[in-house]
Amino acid sequence: MAFAASQPKTHHSSVTAIQLLPPLQIPLGLIGDPALRPVADKLAAGRRLDRSDGLALMTSRDLIGLGALANAARQAKNGRQAYYVVNRHLNYSNVCVNRCAFCAFWRSPQDEGAYALSSDEAAVLASEDAGLEISELHIVGSCHPDLPLSYYLELLRAIKAVRPQAALKAFTPVEIDHMARMEGMETRQVLQLLQKAGLVAMPGGGAEIFAPKPRAKLCPRKISGQRWLEICAEAHELGIPTNATMLYGHIETPEDRVEHLFALREQQDLSGGFNAFIPLAFHSQNTVLNELEPTTALDDLRVIASSRLILDNFPHIKAYWVMLGEKLAQVALNFGADDLDGTIIKENITHSAGATTSVGLSEERLRTMIQAAGFKPVRRDCFYHSLEA
Amino acid sequence: MESALSSVGRERRGVDKALHEALRAAERGNRLSTGQALTLLAEADLLDLGHLAHAARFRHNPEPVVTYVVDRNINTTNICLSGCRFCAFYRPPGAEGGYELTREELGRKIDETLALGGTQILMQGGLHPEIGIEATCRTFRFIKEHHPIHIHGLSPPEVVHMAALDGMPLDAALDRLIEAGLGSIPGGGAEILVDRVRGLIAPGKCSAPKWLEVMALAHQKGLNTTATMMFGSLETLPERIEHLARLRELQEQSLSTGRGSFTAFIPWTFQPLNTALAEVTPATAVEYLRMLAVARLFLDNFPHLQASWVTQGAKIAQMALSFGADDLGSTMIEENVVAAAGAHFRLSREEMVRLAGDLGYKACQRDTFYNLV
Repeated sequence: MAFAASQPKTHHSSVTAIQLLPPLQIPLGLIGDPALRPVADKLAAGRRLDRSDGLALMTSRDLIGLGALANAARQAKNGRQAYYVVNRHLNYSNVCVNRCAFCAFWRSPQDEGAYALSSDEAAVLASEDAGLEISELHIVGSCHPDLPLSYYLELLRAIKAVRPQAALKAFTPVEIDHMARMEGMETRQVLQLLQKAGLVAMPGGGAEIFAPKPRAKLCPRKISGQRWLEICAEAHELGIPTNATMLYGHIETPEDRVEHLFALREQQDLSGGFNAFIPLAFHSQNTVLNELEPTTALDDLRVIASSRLILDNFPHIKAYWVMLGEKLAQVALNFGADDLDGTIIKENITHSAGATTSVGLSEERLRTMIQAAGFKPVRRDCFYHSLEA
Repeated sequence: MESALSSVGRERRGVDKALHEALRAAERGNRLSTGQALTLLAEADLLDLGHLAHAARFRHNPEPVVTYVVDRNINTTNICLSGCRFCAFYRPPGAEGGYELTREELGRKIDETLALGGTQILMQGGLHPEIGIEATCRTFRFIKEHHPIHIHGLSPPEVVHMAALDGMPLDAALDRLIEAGLGSIPGGGAEILVDRVRGLIAPGKCSAPKWLEVMALAHQKGLNTTATMMFGSLETLPERIEHLARLRELQEQSLSTGRGSFTAFIPWTFQPLNTALAEVTPATAVEYLRMLAVARLFLDNFPHLQASWVTQGAKIAQMALSFGADDLGSTMIEENVVAAAGAHFRLSREEMVRLAGDLGYKACQRDTFYNLV
């Protein structure tokens, strides 16, 4: 897929230089699946994987073999460190014109439960638990039909005023595109204004699955994968690091997943501003796709492991405990992941689709999970700088 | 030959000699010493443990089949004198919420089990102050006469308690129970088979030697039993290994002299909610998988290892099938005890088939004795 947006690489302090994987030392005895042998050989030789390698990974049932390959890459990138952040989620509105098939969070303006927080209300929420040193606020909402750009700027300013120490990681490329269209403005200009109002990083949501066929069924009104990548490239160029996600476990094929990862890898080669990749296991409850079975542990770990190996230019792979469950997220630290996300405090979106995980985790619990898995807990800030004493 | 395991691979050449030797012993399928098992449990790489346990699983069970049993946990009473600190299910005699199932309720539950294709009931209760061997035998005879089904019933602490109530030696008590219809004994009440730990978490329950004595007698009399371990409460890692060592030793004896033996080992993690040990940090999924894998390697005379979806959920239960387990246990049409401590995982027969199939296994229903149905 050649739709990576071409942007000249610029060097900003928060967008770090790309590092690929060094030649890996693979414990070959753990690789049971013969289809993974050529992949192991390439990794041992320090060569980048291609799409057929990606497909071999994405279709393997060799749980331990996948883990052994991904763990070697994880060790090379992040050693025994496992990151977490003391963060909070803030969903400013659920009123959305996109109405994606996989979403249980959106409402129409006239629906019961539809809301849009005023900047004062958002500031009150952000200042809850005043004693807690929150490092990052994850601020995402919806494509609201009426709110002007000034709303979002005011939202950021109001939150920044009450949480000056917290990094504002706000708005997916989908929301950025929506704001720009509402104002008849270029997305680049929107990003610059948001940056001035306090935005320092962007989450990776809205990527869903790039492949046009499933994307047309899942989220026909959402921006294309190409557009999503273009907006990330613009953000990276402005020195705004972003994350990237992939929603899997619905109607996509293994080929679609591999294409998605390669599109991200190609974009990262060009613009370099992706910090973490976060695979998102689909939760079907309360959505129009509710007949779909939940993902299995094999599938979840296979996606984590494959992404660690394919995305050789991404610094971090996140095991998002809200969607994986606490237990599997912990296990995933041995299958390529090096980040558990964070305390979150109150997660809304996945829980509206029936997630049975708790809505938040204590910092103590996160550290225990990491240590019990044999890793070193590192409390991080939004940019993966260690906050350990 | 250089081992291909990651813990002893080139990148970790400086690895501890004891770990290296333990890994090599496990790789060759040698009988592990308690010291080697402890080293593996404490130090080995998670993926190495999975790889080794998976290989051991196929030595014991060469077919790519994962088994499960369709049954129901019937708890005849929750009234219990034991007062275990890890339990959220029991009520002391006279307390509110205590119950005893009536014969009608019991019969209805069995009929429902049979209607769903069930092959056994797992029937346990509490250490009730008035229900002894004779009363239990009457219940068994009622079941066998009116609702015939395999009774996988009681546990060593219940047998010990009931025999004491009726002033009967254990040997005679087991004879009476078998005569009345007891078909096999689940391995509950083992907790940790070290009296220091039992004194802390289950002071009212029979001692470790008593637990083992009941199982030894049962095996001699031709009953098959299982063995469990509840870990992650107040025991140390060496005490977990001691638990395994006592089971392996008894199994060795039963296999050579007895007519019955242990069919399966079932480790699970302590669930602290609503118990007197609520402040204990629960064991994590990685600790569960490590323990399961080491058990598969150390218990080389146990044919089967069960995954505990009840305490771990469907995802970790599926992973357990790559870490030494070959059985998903029961579909548990009903489960009360773990649910009382806050775990509410469910796993249907269809889900078991899907999870096993995803890893390339065929899921097959079995009976109590691991014969395919």
